[in-house]
Amino acid sequence: MKVVVDRRRCMGMGACESLAPEHFEVHDDGQVMLLRESVADESRMDVEAAVEGCPTEALRLEERVVR
Amino acid sequence: MPDRGTAAGRASSAVNPERLVVVGASLAGLRAVEAARKSGFTGSITLIGAEPHLPYDRPPLSKRFLEADGSPEPVFRDEAVLRDELGIQLVLGEPATAVDAESKAVTVGPEGYRYDALVLAPGLSARTLPGCTGLSGIHLLRTLDDARALCAAMSTARRLVVVGAGFIGSEVASSARKRGLDVTVIESLPTPLANAIGEVTGSACAALHERNGTDLRCGITVEAVEGDNSVERVRLSDGAVLPADLVVIGVGAVPATNWLSDSGVTLSDGIVCDETLFTGVPGIYAAGDATRWHNPEFDRGMRLEHWTSAAEQGGIAARNALDPSRAKTFSTVPYFWSDWYEDRIQFVGIPGTDEVRIVDSAQGGEHFVALYREGNRLVGAMTMNRPGEIMKYRKLIKRWATWTEGLRFASSRRAA
Repeated sequence: MKVVVDRRRCMGMGACESLAPEHFEVHDDGQVMLLRESVADESRMDVEAAVEGCPTEALRLEERVVR
Repeated sequence: MPDRGTAAGRASSAVNPERLVVVGASLAGLRAVEAARKSGFTGSITLIGAEPHLPYDRPPLSKRFLEADGSPEPVFRDEAVLRDELGIQLVLGEPATAVDAESKAVTVGPEGYRYDALVLAPGLSARTLPGCTGLSGIHLLRTLDDARALCAAMSTARRLVVVGAGFIGSEVASSARKRGLDVTVIESLPTPLANAIGEVTGSACAALHERNGTDLRCGITVEAVEGDNSVERVRLSDGAVLPADLVVIGVGAVPATNWLSDSGVTLSDGIVCDETLFTGVPGIYAAGDATRWHNPEFDRGMRLEHWTSAAEQGGIAARNALDPSRAKTFSTVPYFWSDWYEDRIQFVGIPGTDEVRIVDSAQGGEHFVALYREGNRLVGAMTMNRPGEIMKYRKLIKRWATWTEGLRFASSRRAA
């Protein structure tokens, strides 16, 4: 599973960093940086909370396609 | 404080609730109904809202929505999604007027809506000022309709007077400056935001107004707003008379809870709840701006008017109302942001009054980090234009870091 950021919506509020700091960090340019490529099962709940918690709904989860 | 009592005291009338009613169709109410479906609830859900609008997002109404005519309205979800995908019965455009906790019903007009679980998320009403009604050109800003009217007025106005240099008033001032209006902000306190964030940081925020051509006058009140049919001038307590063709009153908002006075819930500047958002009345939970709940994070009651807490409370209140035996606690380090001009103010925690210290700042005040102390504990942090710092402090506060740890962390960030 991976996180996709809609850069037009991301305003660097930081709710995601607060809920899943291993996956998200806001930089001083005001945009979020994804710290990990994919979401491990054990982090799923935190990352889902971060996606839900984004005030501008800039995040969504996508299942990785395994070829 | 409501008596938390036993599980029986908390239980809704049915062991398996079939009917969830949510009063309040804004962010908390929306999150409540969405969380109910996500949790697997298949019973009926009724969402009641006083305004004739689908749930919409409030923060943009004082920012981008005002900056230009024809901005899209920030509605969260289409009606079809709510009604058909989530199976929500929408009752919009009329306020709930009573809750009968005995018969477990909410009254809206002539109708009664029976519930097994009820979430109250009625939100706030904007405060008005005496003597500030009756003339056109005087605006409040709380609802989408308020924002539409204000945006339209801004397109022809030349001189805006904002009463109140709080977050909303300041954001309105900022949007008006972007549109080229002359703006004066009148603030009764000697320093704006002194109660919300303290004087030192309040002054730093006040400087943003001056830097952007807004005339900020503190320690002054409005004596009268005058004109023939519409606003022409504002008379101030220091004798000054300001020509104005548009006035916005931004002096805060109060819980919209008068209608709950016979419901059995405790009202005290908000609906009083325990740490699980339970009101003490069987089946009834609360969420959002009107909720005064016990926050274990700071071991005290508080009422927050923040986006993040409204969103989280909505979901938790609904889940708890539907399964009280597994009710979860809502413990949070408060967080809010405010965008003025090109600047971002962010705040986490509570504005502890034992000490406020600016621990990092730019020479000209373009950015800074300030920390707040209560006793030995780091309890709050504020940043201006440092979005990369603020959430790191939220994490420290969450784990009850000491003041010393907070200062040490701040120095490590300066050195980096």
